[in-house]
Amino acid sequence: MSVRRLDPVQPDSFVFTAENLAWAKSTIEKYPPGKQASAVLPILWRAQEQNDGWVSRKAMEYVGDMLGMSHIRVFEVATFYTMFQLSPVGKRAHIQVCGTTPCMLRGAEELKKVCQRKIHAEAHHLNADGSLSWEEVECLGACVNAPMVQVFKDTYEDLTPEALEKIIDEFSAGKTPKPGPQTDRQLSAPIGGPMTLTDPALYSDTRTFTRLEPPPPLETPKTT
Amino acid sequence: MPKIKIDGLEIDVESGMTLLQACELAGAEVPRFCYHERLSIAGNCRMCLVEVKGGPPKPQASCAMSVNDLRPGPNGEPPEVFTKTPMVKKAREGVMEFLLINHPLDCPICDQGGECDLQDQAMAYGISKNRYHENKRAVEEKYLGPLVKTEMTRCIQCTRCVRFTTEVGGVEEMGATGRGEDMEITTYLDKAITSELQGNIIDLCPVGALTSAPYEFKARPWELRKTETIDAMDAVGSNIRVDARGREVMRILPRTHEDVNEEWISDKTRFVWDGLRSQRLDRPYVREFGKLRAASWSEALMRIAQKFKAAKPERIGIILGDLVGAEEAFSIKQLAMQLGIGNIDCRQDGTPLGEKGGRAGYLFNTGIAGLDDSDAIMLIGSNPRLEAPVLNARIRKRYLKGGCTIGVIGEPADLTYPYTHLGAGPETLARFVDHTPATSRKPMFIVGQGALARPDGAAVLATIVKAAKAIGVIKEGWNGLNILHDAAGRVGALDVCALPAGDGGKSARQTLEAAKAGALDVLFLLGADEIDTTALGSTFVIYQGTHGDAGAHRADVILPGAAYTEKQVTYVNTEGRAQMTARASFPPGEAKEDWAILRALSEQLGATLAWNNPDELRAAMYRIAPQLARLDQLTPADASALTELATVDAKMSAEPFRSRVKDFYLTNHIARASKIMAECSVLKTARQLEAAE
Repeated sequence: MSVRRLDPVQPDSFVFTAENLAWAKSTIEKYPPGKQASAVLPILWRAQEQNDGWVSRKAMEYVGDMLGMSHIRVFEVATFYTMFQLSPVGKRAHIQVCGTTPCMLRGAEELKKVCQRKIHAEAHHLNADGSLSWEEVECLGACVNAPMVQVFKDTYEDLTPEALEKIIDEFSAGKTPKPGPQTDRQLSAPIGGPMTLTDPALYSDTRTFTRLEPPPPLETPKTT
Repeated sequence: MPKIKIDGLEIDVESGMTLLQACELAGAEVPRFCYHERLSIAGNCRMCLVEVKGGPPKPQASCAMSVNDLRPGPNGEPPEVFTKTPMVKKAREGVMEFLLINHPLDCPICDQGGECDLQDQAMAYGISKNRYHENKRAVEEKYLGPLVKTEMTRCIQCTRCVRFTTEVGGVEEMGATGRGEDMEITTYLDKAITSELQGNIIDLCPVGALTSAPYEFKARPWELRKTETIDAMDAVGSNIRVDARGREVMRILPRTHEDVNEEWISDKTRFVWDGLRSQRLDRPYVREFGKLRAASWSEALMRIAQKFKAAKPERIGIILGDLVGAEEAFSIKQLAMQLGIGNIDCRQDGTPLGEKGGRAGYLFNTGIAGLDDSDAIMLIGSNPRLEAPVLNARIRKRYLKGGCTIGVIGEPADLTYPYTHLGAGPETLARFVDHTPATSRKPMFIVGQGALARPDGAAVLATIVKAAKAIGVIKEGWNGLNILHDAAGRVGALDVCALPAGDGGKSARQTLEAAKAGALDVLFLLGADEIDTTALGSTFVIYQGTHGDAGAHRADVILPGAAYTEKQVTYVNTEGRAQMTARASFPPGEAKEDWAILRALSEQLGATLAWNNPDELRAAMYRIAPQLARLDQLTPADASALTELATVDAKMSAEPFRSRVKDFYLTNHIARASKIMAECSVLKTARQLEAAE
């Protein structure tokens, strides 16, 4: 993490679309009177979504005015949470590479190199045509599928440098790759099929269990 | 009341007290950085750790833990707190070590050096070696305006400044951005703070992150001579400490006085000191062939004596300025009486105060501390944020406590708290004359000089008194009629009756009109600058004062006096509290204390005043106004005399009320001579222009 500042190039204005405005109003109503400022996180998040993935100064001021908060209070929130981007991100994909220990041990460093090669040598910088950007983030909670990246709301897991390259190429071409594990693994099930409880005798009729409920029979996943 | 044992000493504490307060009650000193009695509790510096028995088995932040949080022992023994155990010492040493990891330790070049909380506490809890070998963090410089200098690398993120500006100052402009190691204290986009009380964050800052910009690298605390005195920038009478080196005032700091300024002072009070050095009148001058020429005291006094003797008493006028002490006002009033001059007035702004209604008619009757119990406040023709920022902060404090409604008749302005704007001027006020009594228990009116300093002032005051009686602001056992003055010397001068003589003496307004019409031969201005000095016709003008301001520019003879930090005089604040200043330095050059000048002049005029030293002068003054002898005490004024005020039968004009303070930073001649105040004023004007666009 580093010191976070506003982007030097800022758009002149920000207003919610009619749809987002209606949503924002209904969100504010969820909070008791006098506590509207509590709605700052969801509303700022929606503003970030509407503004191509980053919060501009005008967006912060707009949200502050909407909630009756002073601008510095919104600025505090936006700079505190690193998931609020303070400078523009790739319009097609902003690749957040998880760099925390499990992913690092499983090859996140290599993924970062892919990003550096294919997008920009430094994090938080747009590529040449402005369609892509990347950054390293802390744990995204998918350690079992490490290494992984997150692009907006989707995660791409069980990555290899090649798989990430393919994903970046697809985003670059304007397509949306299929999220989830990039191998034929089913979600976070064990790679290569079940590793435990594999003894068929466990499931034979001759064996009796004292448990109240027998475990449901497992469908053996296909392996290649 | 819960009982608690602190370091073995059992004490009774009030429910809801924090452990830190309980420790202080028991006489145990607890170090702290973020905790401050007058601000909300943050609990983020962790310096005040104590060990508790009957609570969690780890060091506890005593500022953030209530005495009610601790459980008694199995047999009902009171919970125990330890502040001196090895565990506490080790915990605090650990905190101190972490604080010092990123602190630059540049004490030799830091202005806070010598009066720094971190420095002092590091002496007690710091370890003598450094175990941290990484780079220290550096923080980008911030801009907070021309008054507060920043060195944010030194900041330990106690957030006292953020809490002060938000809670007391009422401006949400400062904040802590980022987090963890990257946390920074800043204003939104590096804009200057707009609060009139921002200088207080310099005192609050426990390290050298926020220091005084004008005082930057000027002096060290141990080489300054400290004088405890009284402020004269507004009528609050803030208690201050003037630090001087040699003959120069280097800085001004607040002193704590719970009933007056708590421990805050306004920026004008704090930073006006450079105005005490520039534009000073350091020797007498006389005007010759249209130009001022330096002269000797005897020549100047002789010239005045000639003019006085040549003129008839009714063609001589005397006007007193805003910073005149009670002793001086008394001296010149006595002199005027001895010479038969009736045209003497201390109200250069032209208010009707003091003519009728006794003391209650011109005082802040509830006292400033009375604001704390009030449950309804109506501001009439006043913008206390500009007229008395410290008092305004007290109104805000009252508002934050809840249960107080605030209304305004006059200009709608940002007062840092919400209020109901009832109307702009006399028409609205007149509606309250036959209002039904308010349900509030202790309602009060705060009447600014903006409502009174106008030709129909007496009529406005009469209407206010009528409305006050109708609503219940003045009732049995409660007098909530509060006059908020904006001049430090006004109440003192009114107390010694520096007013036009009853038999046809001209008021300041009439005197000035007479001068314009050529019906005045001599005009004596005792520090009076807030008048139109360009329209005095061919009157012979004498100016006695400290600065080369409007009055001195027009004067034919100038007598150099002493400023409020250079003499011992009595200032009576807006609530009628007499307080005495002390001399922090000497007046420059040949300038003399004002009572001595008037005494010398009286001799020349053949009407020698009957005292040879300040003590004799005060003895004479106390015979006229005994309440001035009771220093720092409030003498309640008789409210029954107020009825007399309501008898005035005149019509009010429809003109709306406007606060007399147009530019907070330039309200008197000392402030106008100050470069710092000028800079603040320019900044504020620019901000207003920007806001108007």
